[in-house]
Amino acid sequence: MGALENRFPDNVFFSTADSLINWGRKSALWPETFGIACCAIEMIAAGCSRYDLDRFGIVFRSSPRQSDVMIIAGTVTKKFAPVVRRLFDQMPEPRWVIAMGTCAISGGVYNTYAVVQGSDLIVPVDVHVPGCPPRPEALMHGFVLLQEKIQRSHVLRRGGPVHAVGS
Amino acid sequence: MTDVTVLNKKEEFGRSTQEVLLNLGPQHPSTHGVLRLILEMEGEIVTRVDPFIGYLHRGTEKLAENFTYTQIFPLTDRLDYLCPPSNNLAFALAVEKLLGIEAPERAQYIRVLTVELARISGHLLIVGALPMDLGAMTTLLYTMREREMVMDLMEMICGARMHTSYCRVGGVREDLPEGFTERVSEFCRILPKRFADYERLIARNRIFLSRTKGVGVISAEDAIDLGLSGPNLRASGVDWDMRRDNPYEIYDRLDFNVIVRENGDCYDRWICRIDEMRESVRIIEQCVDAMPGGRFMIDMPTVAFPVDKNVLRCSMETHIQHFELSAFGFKVPAGEVYVSIEAPKGELGFYIISDGSEKPCRMKVRAPSFVNLQALLGRATNMNYLADVIAMLGSLDPVIAEVDK
Repeated sequence: MGALENRFPDNVFFSTADSLINWGRKSALWPETFGIACCAIEMIAAGCSRYDLDRFGIVFRSSPRQSDVMIIAGTVTKKFAPVVRRLFDQMPEPRWVIAMGTCAISGGVYNTYAVVQGSDLIVPVDVHVPGCPPRPEALMHGFVLLQEKIQRSHVLRRGGPVHAVGS
Repeated sequence: MTDVTVLNKKEEFGRSTQEVLLNLGPQHPSTHGVLRLILEMEGEIVTRVDPFIGYLHRGTEKLAENFTYTQIFPLTDRLDYLCPPSNNLAFALAVEKLLGIEAPERAQYIRVLTVELARISGHLLIVGALPMDLGAMTTLLYTMREREMVMDLMEMICGARMHTSYCRVGGVREDLPEGFTERVSEFCRILPKRFADYERLIARNRIFLSRTKGVGVISAEDAIDLGLSGPNLRASGVDWDMRRDNPYEIYDRLDFNVIVRENGDCYDRWICRIDEMRESVRIIEQCVDAMPGGRFMIDMPTVAFPVDKNVLRCSMETHIQHFELSAFGFKVPAGEVYVSIEAPKGELGFYIISDGSEKPCRMKVRAPSFVNLQALLGRATNMNYLADVIAMLGSLDPVIAEVDK
């Protein structure tokens, strides 16, 4: 800081409260380590050396109480659906959900007696990332879309929906 | 997701102790997916482990009854998703046995090459994941770096990183792409050096050693009684490998060692996998060197898609054959067959009952992870503390999709 020290007057920065809060929220999205099936491996790959999700401020947390985003990475079966819902309920608000992979989006090829045909039947999904499994780049794109969505939401304005998608 | 239920309280040595039920999972970072364990505990000592499975039961076997034989390949991919090519191979071998055909020599070499690549990718993940379960994250970052190299090779072959579906009944989907041999050779040159890195990084780490050495010991007799297979069996000192003792494809022509360890503890199961990857590298090198030319798909119009796209364009018969195959599939003679191979996790078998139609009447998967998971059940192991259960589970390397099917 040597070259910059005592060179500038005190700064005032004007912004809307919404954009400041949204900026904070979108820059530190902590997803839950919640791998169900195959997609979990690509989720791990996205978090590891080559793709490195940490660059986006995305750090995996093991507890739903500490996380903002739930990545449903895999097939949600009927036996597992109550657990998914319970984990979602345990997350503090504001919270978002990414449905990763075809199984989580629609059940995919598993149109059977055991599989929930789309995780949006049990939790509100914000971003769908298609693929079987989606490449790590696709998951990163999903996160960027989620960040854009968060940036558009109104936090403090009275009357409006909390996470309305603006135009 | 941790519920504690107090079973009974008792007074011992002037202190009151209580037996509790601890629920581990189904959402827990070290259960490798959605396994749920009910632990009966006295303080920190685990007295009983009770695995609850079925959280990822997707009905693969039932679904396969409605699919044609070619359509089932993608389903087998998603069983043990760390190494899809070996699942493909096991299924293809079973159907080929029913049909009474054999893939061309080149196809067999390509299959073995991809299966060994998959073995490396599967083992790399667990070699990194076990230390991570025990609190050392770094190793995973290094092993995933090498795993990405395997993913690149897979992508080169068939365009997909994980779910390759590369194998077909009677051969493989496509020939190896241009420049693949060089890439594989380079990979085989780099990888053994990286194994040395892992060993320097973690294999002599004091904490890692004290958490894995002598923990979760399975004796050779118990391992056989429990029906273990794969590295978990060989780490207990049983010299058994389907690739050598019941050779399929071209394994009898290859020179490789079967890695056997003595102690049967978590550490041996872990180090066994690193040594197996070294042998896989050797197998891949031999496959690349000895790769013959010729067809990569059997020349049998009733089963295999036409290889030459130019013929497809100008021959009406080939066109009809292509349409029939893609619209209806091929018929398989009635009969029963069981074929098993040495998958990275152990003996992977497919039992198929055919009624002579295009779809199997019944398909049963002998999943190695499912059987290996039994080792958690108690008597065979030397698990004392809660932390040992995590080490044990990590070293057994179950894939829950394969356990639950």
